[in-house]
Amino acid sequence: MGIFVDKKTRVVVQGITGRDGSFHARQMKEYGTAVVAGVTPGKGGTGLEGIPIFNSVAEAVEKTKANTSVIYVPASAAVDAIYEAADAGIQVIVCISEGVPANDMLKVYNYLKIKGVRLIGPNCPGVITPGVTKAGIMPGQIHKKGSVGVVSRSGTLTYEIVYNLTAKKIGQSTCIGIGGDPIIGTNFIDCLKEFQDDPQTEAIVVIGEIGGSDEEDAAAFIKKYVTKPVVGFIAGLTAPADKRMGHAGAIISGGTGTAPEKIKAFEAVGVPVAQTPAEVADLVEKKLAALYKKKAAKKTAKKTVAKPRPAAKKSVKTKSSTKKVVRKAAPAKKAKATKPAKVKKSKSKARLKKR
Amino acid sequence: MKIHEYQAKEIFASFGIPVPKGKIAFSADEARNLAAEIGRPVMVKAQVHVGGRGKAGGIKHCATPDEAYSNAENIIGMNIKGLIVRKVLVTEATDISHEAYVGIIVDRSAKKPVIMVSAEGGIDIEAVAAKTPEKIHKLHVDPILGMKSYQARQLAYKVYSNPETAKQAAGIILKLYRCFMEADASLVEINPLVTTPSGNVVALDAKINLDDNGLYRHPDYEKMRDVAPQEESENEAREAGLSFVGLSGNIGCVVNGAGLAMATMDLVKHYGGEPANFLDIGGSSNPEKVVTAMRIILRDSNVKAILFNIFGGITRCDDVANGIAKAVSEFRPSVPIVVRLTGTNETEGRAILAHAQIQGAETMVEVVTKAIALAGVA
Repeated sequence: MGIFVDKKTRVVVQGITGRDGSFHARQMKEYGTAVVAGVTPGKGGTGLEGIPIFNSVAEAVEKTKANTSVIYVPASAAVDAIYEAADAGIQVIVCISEGVPANDMLKVYNYLKIKGVRLIGPNCPGVITPGVTKAGIMPGQIHKKGSVGVVSRSGTLTYEIVYNLTAKKIGQSTCIGIGGDPIIGTNFIDCLKEFQDDPQTEAIVVIGEIGGSDEEDAAAFIKKYVTKPVVGFIAGLTAPADKRMGHAGAIISGGTGTAPEKIKAFEAVGVPVAQTPAEVADLVEKKLAALYKKKAAKKTAKKTVAKPRPAAKKSVKTKSSTKKVVRKAAPAKKAKATKPAKVKKSKSKARLKKR
Repeated sequence: MKIHEYQAKEIFASFGIPVPKGKIAFSADEARNLAAEIGRPVMVKAQVHVGGRGKAGGIKHCATPDEAYSNAENIIGMNIKGLIVRKVLVTEATDISHEAYVGIIVDRSAKKPVIMVSAEGGIDIEAVAAKTPEKIHKLHVDPILGMKSYQARQLAYKVYSNPETAKQAAGIILKLYRCFMEADASLVEINPLVTTPSGNVVALDAKINLDDNGLYRHPDYEKMRDVAPQEESENEAREAGLSFVGLSGNIGCVVNGAGLAMATMDLVKHYGGEPANFLDIGGSSNPEKVVTAMRIILRDSNVKAILFNIFGGITRCDDVANGIAKAVSEFRPSVPIVVRLTGTNETEGRAILAHAQIQGAETMVEVVTKAIALAGVA
């Protein structure tokens, strides 16, 4: 499964004849992505290594049934490229381009919301469902298919953390770089919602950084709706105020958007925050181990409870043994019962707060 | 990008927002001449990229050209929050009967521009927001529709009871919104928006922050860039396609990617060191960028060790290694360098480093701890 991209993903590359576009079209194809079309106005009718090139996205969609677009055009053309993809019926748009003006993105965001189209980015590495498909620029080989969902505002920091996860043999369901700009199409909350509903995902890693309040919003959402274990990391503890730290969105302004605020927000809802990127994998390992232990306990509880039943009628001896088993299984049953109760409690709390 | 008040007023005027007449002076003599030209009492205002100029003594009322001379003489060269004043705005003094506040920023959570108005203008608006938030009226605008006249009127009537001044203010709010969107601003602010005794509404002060990403379509605004001496390294980095922010520590950091660069600085601090800078060499792998990065970092005499933390994706490790080798042979740095290369073409990159006898590290933790140790003995 995974989220946003899967085996049904059919990619059209916008800006396929450019330096980055052609390089990454090849890389995606090599990884196994169905790259079905490219678009460069004026180059329609040509091709790139068997990928047909069209003059417009609309034509590419009509001829190849592309449903996902990856945009590699310069920033000055990126906004037009996003509108073109959305109007052509593309469902998932990944915008890699860096340097898109924020006020343009305000219009794009609100337009796509009306259209119901998913935009990831801009200024992002894209999205990968390891072992299945990738729509973006991340190095495919560092990923491993598995059950951890990763969402991040950064590119190379995500690679670093994914690299550590894979080194520990912890695979990923989907990894998404949502982008470093102040206005982006997909936020943490959108990804958390999808990961919570995705059956392949068992645990979630959220990698945040200074600037804005996306992490605080994510924490509030986790408290209300996410039952899967979440691990966090926040970059920028040493960042000075009022300085843009590379990403357009990574700026502490008016004293808000600091790393300690975000760490506090995560920890307040039971999300442990790693102190170093390497520690993220350790925390995920612990969370998964606890999860598997719980699942195993559930299973044995079911088994041991189920087994003695037919035997129970046979003799008094087995009856007593049944009692024993039931008693043993009780704590596991209890654990099973407490979780939904907890969720209910926090939900009702949230409702109260709303009022 | 920050611009000065006089530049912001030029932009306001181009959108039809009324501002008092004024000109810029680089010397006390020029200030006197401008005051004489205006022929009325003037204000002399320090032009620096910080707030709180008035409290620091950087804004003075001058009844005569001679007063303008003496005040300008005091203000030019003044240090306001670490910035030296190099020029003053000489502008006609305005009589004030009421001061309001109007500002527009992007609400990142709502994904909409938000307009804020308050009848309590002229003072620290952050203090008003903290103490009496009910005195600030907010309105989110749908960026697709743009601001409608009724919305501007609605806001204006919250602050002004006189229909004539409210009408003028509503017009200014509409123009300010157009300015915000069309100039690619990340903030526009009029504090104070004053009403004169004769009933005219005028922007007495002006503040605009411009979105760097929008500057490519405003070459005239790009010319407004004014680099303070302490920002020269940042500016050189920007022109070379790098992001650099200077800090006060002793471990120089060169990293690819903004998130990884911040995480590297944090890790330096975590292991007991102090980062000397934030530096992101960006996604491409041009060896010249690495040379520029080294030049900028070596300029800082506090730096006792330099670390490279590179996770190759689009960036190729061999390109970075070539850049490091080139920079080392060019600058012959006296401080130790330690390099971590992982990802695309790491084997080739490590071979280049070994050949150039540059110390390597396997992981992010190792490169950071090694650099801290090396800085200690240097």
